Amino acid sequence: MSTVAGSFPGGLVLNGQKKRSTQTPIRKTPLSKKLILPLQQHIGSESIPIVSVGDKVLKGQKIAKADGHVSVYLHAPSSGTISAIDEQPIPHPSGLSGLCITIETDGLDTWIEHHPIADYTQLSEHDIRQHVREAGIVGLGGAGFPSFIKLNPGVHHHVETLIINGVECEPYITCDDMLMRERADGILDGIEIIRFALRVKNCVIAIEDNKPEAISIMELALAARPELTDTTIMVVPTRYPAGSEKQLIQVVTGKQVPSHGLPIDIGIVCHNVGTAYAIGRAIKHGEPLISRIVTVTGTDVKHAGNFETLFGTPMHELLAFCETTREPNAPFILGGPMMGYNLSGDNLPVTKTANCILVGVDAAAPAEKPLPCIRCGECAAACPASLLPQQLYWYARDKDLEKTRQYNLFDCIECGCCSYVCPSKIPLVHYFRFAKTETMNQELEAAKSDQARIRHENRLARQQLEQQEKEERQRQRKLALAASQAAKEKQEQAAQSPSDGTES
Amino acid sequence: MPLRSRLSSPFLSGMNRVTLIMAQLLLALIPAIIALVYFFGPGVLINIVLAVVIALVTEAVMLKLRHRPIKPFLTDGSAIVTAVLLAIALPPLAPWWLTMVGILFAIIFAKHLYGGLGYNPFNPAMVAYVLLLISFPLEMTTWLPISAFSDAPIEFDSAFQMIFQGQLTTAVDSLSGATPLDAMKTEIGLLHVPSQVIQQPLFGHFGGKGWEWVNIWFAIGGLALLYRRVISWHIPVAMLSGLLAISLITWLLAPETTASPLFHLVSGGTMLGAFFIATDPVTAATTVKGRLVFGAGVGLLTYIIRVWGGYPDGIAFAIIVMNMLVPLIDYYTQPKVYGAVK
Repeated sequence: MSTVAGSFPGGLVLNGQKKRSTQTPIRKTPLSKKLILPLQQHIGSESIPIVSVGDKVLKGQKIAKADGHVSVYLHAPSSGTISAIDEQPIPHPSGLSGLCITIETDGLDTWIEHHPIADYTQLSEHDIRQHVREAGIVGLGGAGFPSFIKLNPGVHHHVETLIINGVECEPYITCDDMLMRERADGILDGIEIIRFALRVKNCVIAIEDNKPEAISIMELALAARPELTDTTIMVVPTRYPAGSEKQLIQVVTGKQVPSHGLPIDIGIVCHNVGTAYAIGRAIKHGEPLISRIVTVTGTDVKHAGNFETLFGTPMHELLAFCETTREPNAPFILGGPMMGYNLSGDNLPVTKTANCILVGVDAAAPAEKPLPCIRCGECAAACPASLLPQQLYWYARDKDLEKTRQYNLFDCIECGCCSYVCPSKIPLVHYFRFAKTETMNQELEAAKSDQARIRHENRLARQQLEQQEKEERQRQRKLALAASQAAKEKQEQAAQSPSDGTES
Repeated sequence: MPLRSRLSSPFLSGMNRVTLIMAQLLLALIPAIIALVYFFGPGVLINIVLAVVIALVTEAVMLKLRHRPIKPFLTDGSAIVTAVLLAIALPPLAPWWLTMVGILFAIIFAKHLYGGLGYNPFNPAMVAYVLLLISFPLEMTTWLPISAFSDAPIEFDSAFQMIFQGQLTTAVDSLSGATPLDAMKTEIGLLHVPSQVIQQPLFGHFGGKGWEWVNIWFAIGGLALLYRRVISWHIPVAMLSGLLAISLITWLLAPETTASPLFHLVSGGTMLGAFFIATDPVTAATTVKGRLVFGAGVGLLTYIIRVWGGYPDGIAFAIIVMNMLVPLIDYYTQPKVYGAVK
């Protein structure tokens, strides 16, 4: 057990509300007749389908390949037939649609042949990354960044510390907690592989002190593996957002990730416990990522708990399985209550980043109209990034985007602490998201207009060149004509001159 | 609880409310108000009730004129806080029109003409106080002798008559008196030594008689606010430290001509200012460092005005001057953002 090296400013001590979903072990969600798999379940470019409608697929079979570098593979979560490859609604705050592969399952759940790797140390780091990529593994903490990229420190960096994030600081969510309680060994398998791929010695498994069961089970599992040297468990004080990557790094190492930089810049790599487990399964058991543990909880859920759910399972089936008192079409939250987003339709598939489905929260934010800001500064005191949310709010409201940037808008991690503490109930984060989107749109517009300007200038230059060439050609032609005429005249003169001569 | 459609996360919300802040502020004032009534008679209470009624009516009228919803703003409690703060800063038998002029000016000019709650750059109660002090210096500096220690304490009905009719029915030994701060200033002007001045009947153990207790009760109320995290420690600590530092330095350098630091800490509006007025979130600096600068500035200016200025107490002027500097202070005291690259 190691002790924390730092702490971050601000943050909140929230009521965890975690008991509700940790009373029962992880259960399996029943196999759905239909699995809808969005091709984009990760940050980066959409995967490319490698199956066609009518194809029979087996559980674990690749159905889409990575497109470009920042992308991963996608697999059939169960055996069946591809019934459609088309646009379907996907879980997204704006209710967007996206290209999805739909599988009609056959109920047999027949696995494709596994290729477990008995001794991963025989592999090169590159091969491990390739395996992880082909297993479709992305960050399961919620962001969905392709994990193989975070297994590659690059030639210029040396990784000093690997942090395994088991903090799970958002209220209600317990999928990592339950994973640590039930599958500690699997997580350690993954950690071994990550350490090997990154060639890193020090590893810290960070767990919030509100998870004593997980801590003791992980301690036991770790003690049973003397070969995992320099790996320690760090119990971090429960304070939201301790599980946010930047804040966790500050707690664990006392260092700060440079603004606009990456953890690797200061020799740190973070992986979520769920991701570590998935990496272990992929390498040691040859199982690609086809399911995840989803917490289903909230005041309106009868049988709250954690559910191992195949990707593509429609959320309404999962919600029906847990029995909710939710009105049809009433909104619910995907993710936690502090950083998740509202979904209104439930005919949406569970994806790789769906860590929690939250139906009904205690102490919900009021729908009443906010009062004016009284400049109390509670927001600044709560901000874990030491920003001035109040000033950002004034400028965002005035659409003074330049000023919001000066006040470091893009260092905002949207954790929601400022909105939470605001006595006037101003939805501050909403303003910040707006300002961020506006800024990005403006940049896009600027880039577009720059491009248009360059295109226009190029066109003008081209036209000018063409004009010059044309004029040059004309001049040449004229010259040639004049020359030929002159020659002709000369000839004619020459032809006439004798007669002239004779005449004169 | 069903999820109402808040646009985006966070979907959780803390218990804190503007109304709650204001209510706790008022509760924390109660001990000191009781002390004021004990020492200066029931006139204080009449002033408070009068001020609150006028403030609420004015607030409602202004909201109506500005086409703002009345209920949420009337119940936010900010008008009541302004009224109570001004009322307890006024002399205990101030005529009714003095209170009325003050409140009207505070609510109409210092608050609503600047945009209402949250938009006023100056503390409305202090703006009104300064207006009254400049316009009606006689009424504003006429304090009763300590009622509790006089032979004929002022009764409720005589206070009522005094406030509303300007005359008394019962005989009172003396109706006018200077505040201890005022007396100290005059005596020092007459080249009397402070250590002897403080032996006079107007003075108590270490400050003005009565005043020292009022200040202590304001401080206790303020500590309760600190404990409840309604206010942060930065402004009160910085202000009291500023006042203590400068008064200690001058006292050590010239004990013959300056009152002791302790006297300054428990005299006049020191504790009321430190915990209840300088901490007004709307008009104070908002950054952590800025609050320290703001508070220290108020403390220093208070002393400078008290000792070298024309008025016996300097809290109101000090706060207003520092209010003016808030945008500047906030700009130069921005915190270092996470991961800031040097």
